[in-house]
Amino acid sequence: MSQTSHGIGGLSYDAKKRPWPAEFNVFLALVILVAAFELVGRVFLGDSFLFNTRENVSGLFNEQRLQIIILQVSIVGIIAIGVTQVIICGGIDLSSGSIVGATAMIAMSFAQVATVNGNPNPKAMFIDYGWTDLPVIVPLLVAIGCGLIAGLINGLLIAYTRIPPFIATLGMMVTARGIAKWWSKGQPISFPTDSFAAIGKGLMPVVIFISLAILFQLILTYTKYGKHCYAIGSNEDAARMSGIKIANHKVLVYAIAGILASIAAVVLSSKNLTAQAGMGVMYELDAIAMAVIGGVSLSGGRGSIIGTVIGSLIFGVIISGFTFLRLDAYYQEMVKGVIIVGAVVLDQWRQRRRAIGA
Amino acid sequence: MSDIVLKTENLTKHYGGVHALQEANFELRKGEHVAIMGDNGAGKSTFVRQITGVEQRTDGKIWFDGKEVNFAGPIEAREAGIETVFQNLALADDLDVPSNLFLGREKVLFNLGPFSILDRKAMRKATEAALVRTAVKIPNLSSTIRHMSGGQRQCVAIARTATFASKLIIMDEPTAALGVQETAQVENIIRTLKENGEPLILVSHNMRQVFDLVDRIVVFRRGRIVANLRKQDTDGNDIVAYITGAKTGQAELQAA
Ligand SMILES: Nc1ncnc2c1ncn2[C@@H]1O[C@H](COP(=O)(O)OP(=O)(O)O)[C@@H](O)[C@H]1O
Ligand SMILES: [Mg+2]
Repeated sequence: MSQTSHGIGGLSYDAKKRPWPAEFNVFLALVILVAAFELVGRVFLGDSFLFNTRENVSGLFNEQRLQIIILQVSIVGIIAIGVTQVIICGGIDLSSGSIVGATAMIAMSFAQVATVNGNPNPKAMFIDYGWTDLPVIVPLLVAIGCGLIAGLINGLLIAYTRIPPFIATLGMMVTARGIAKWWSKGQPISFPTDSFAAIGKGLMPVVIFISLAILFQLILTYTKYGKHCYAIGSNEDAARMSGIKIANHKVLVYAIAGILASIAAVVLSSKNLTAQAGMGVMYELDAIAMAVIGGVSLSGGRGSIIGTVIGSLIFGVIISGFTFLRLDAYYQEMVKGVIIVGAVVLDQWRQRRRAIGA
Repeated sequence: MSDIVLKTENLTKHYGGVHALQEANFELRKGEHVAIMGDNGAGKSTFVRQITGVEQRTDGKIWFDGKEVNFAGPIEAREAGIETVFQNLALADDLDVPSNLFLGREKVLFNLGPFSILDRKAMRKATEAALVRTAVKIPNLSSTIRHMSGGQRQCVAIARTATFASKLIIMDEPTAALGVQETAQVENIIRTLKENGEPLILVSHNMRQVFDLVDRIVVFRRGRIVANLRKQDTDGNDIVAYITGAKTGQAELQAA
């Protein structure tokens, strides 16, 4: 041990310099944001954002609002879990919203009932083949298959043709949306079986979102796959020189992102009891925004699922806060745009500060 | 013959019309530290890249550890026991020290293919051991290497070579970008390797460093080995004469 104390490398230990988890900062931002809405609400509306103010309802918090916030973000949040992994690897996925649309249409067509109120289901696509009232596993596997195929195509294109992820997934974005529209010639697909409808009922989207978030947080932290995601995003050449099979890894990452988008599609169409060709439009940008707000760096190598989950809550609080302040829905759209650009600016600024040498 | 770790015969590399390396005959014995010197563009890095399988040679033969070898890539060379600190460090900034040391060859608890569970504790322990062996002192192993200075990063890259049971360590200009103090740190690591009897090829421009550290000096000029001298048989002026071409000595080559 004496060798270490006379050792070299020249670092003197400084407890204050221990890495401060970036997630703390993101969480702090969430707290500040909620406090700001609370303050503005109390001062200008005489109402509380966070706490229960109704006499006939029990409970400390405004549970209804909290539920809406987390329900609102959980479906896009599922997509954001996949997008986070893609971005950590140094890529980007613009196709997830369209994959949601296409998968919702295709999966729902395998989840329909034969009869509605005693009459044949007018919307059932495959009623002539007798493919109605199928067990829930069928639409589920169909959905996961759709997401897997779309993700594999993304990954193979990026890994083997070396086209930028931006272009490859943009192509998939347009193509998958086309498939969503073509599948039923633009008609909505409705009347799912009870078992399919149960997947997205009540708070189920939240349960699914949180379970997947925990699972992938553990995978990113404790497995080879996770380590290699950070390594590739951090320094692809170093990763290659170290023997990591970059192409295989990228295919896997995009496949996982595709599958997560398809799970979001199942939850969304189940919750809405219908699938429409326009489902999931712009979800990819919301998901990217959640990740970036949550501290995932667009240049790769940095971020976590926990960060993205907190980022999704920030996203939800902002949208819900605008409703609370009775501002028009139009403002929400505009503010979303500002949030996305703002988060990227913040990321750039963080990097520059790091480069200068913190 | 059995104490020869590495031997090349007529090792040649042409990049199109550029004859970067010409018929290099080189030998390294057990426990020996050899310096490779030469002007910029003399072919030093090219020589390293042929031995480590980063590139495929145009001609010639390589023996390593008693066997003739044809490495298809740097990973094969590494698996055979050649650890290299390349001129560009090949570290991942956003990973901590143990993750960088074990990048691409992580220890696992359960093998689940790509989702294999990492044995973080074992890697941490092995990292600490490697740092002791190379006498590199990095108190906070769990912080990312992004915040480290050039010298500290170089120490991490060198500690990586000492983490695995290697039969040969190659360092290509490990101190070229470092300050005086950091250079001293790296030199101390090299001394530790010498004490442990680990053979080393050191590419360097630093005359004082070379005379301080190694047993033998090989000079490259325009892709050819022009000198191969034991340290006690030469001096700085002599080496400079070979590097600049003022002296060309096939006679010394035969003698050594
Ligand atoms: N990939 C390459 N393609 C073409 N020429 C190269 C390549 N790599 C090195 N060279 C040339 O080979 C010669 C030797 O280069 P190098 O081995 O890097 O020199 P050193 O490391 O001694 O400074 C130089 O003339 C260099 O320009
Ligand atoms: Mg060189």
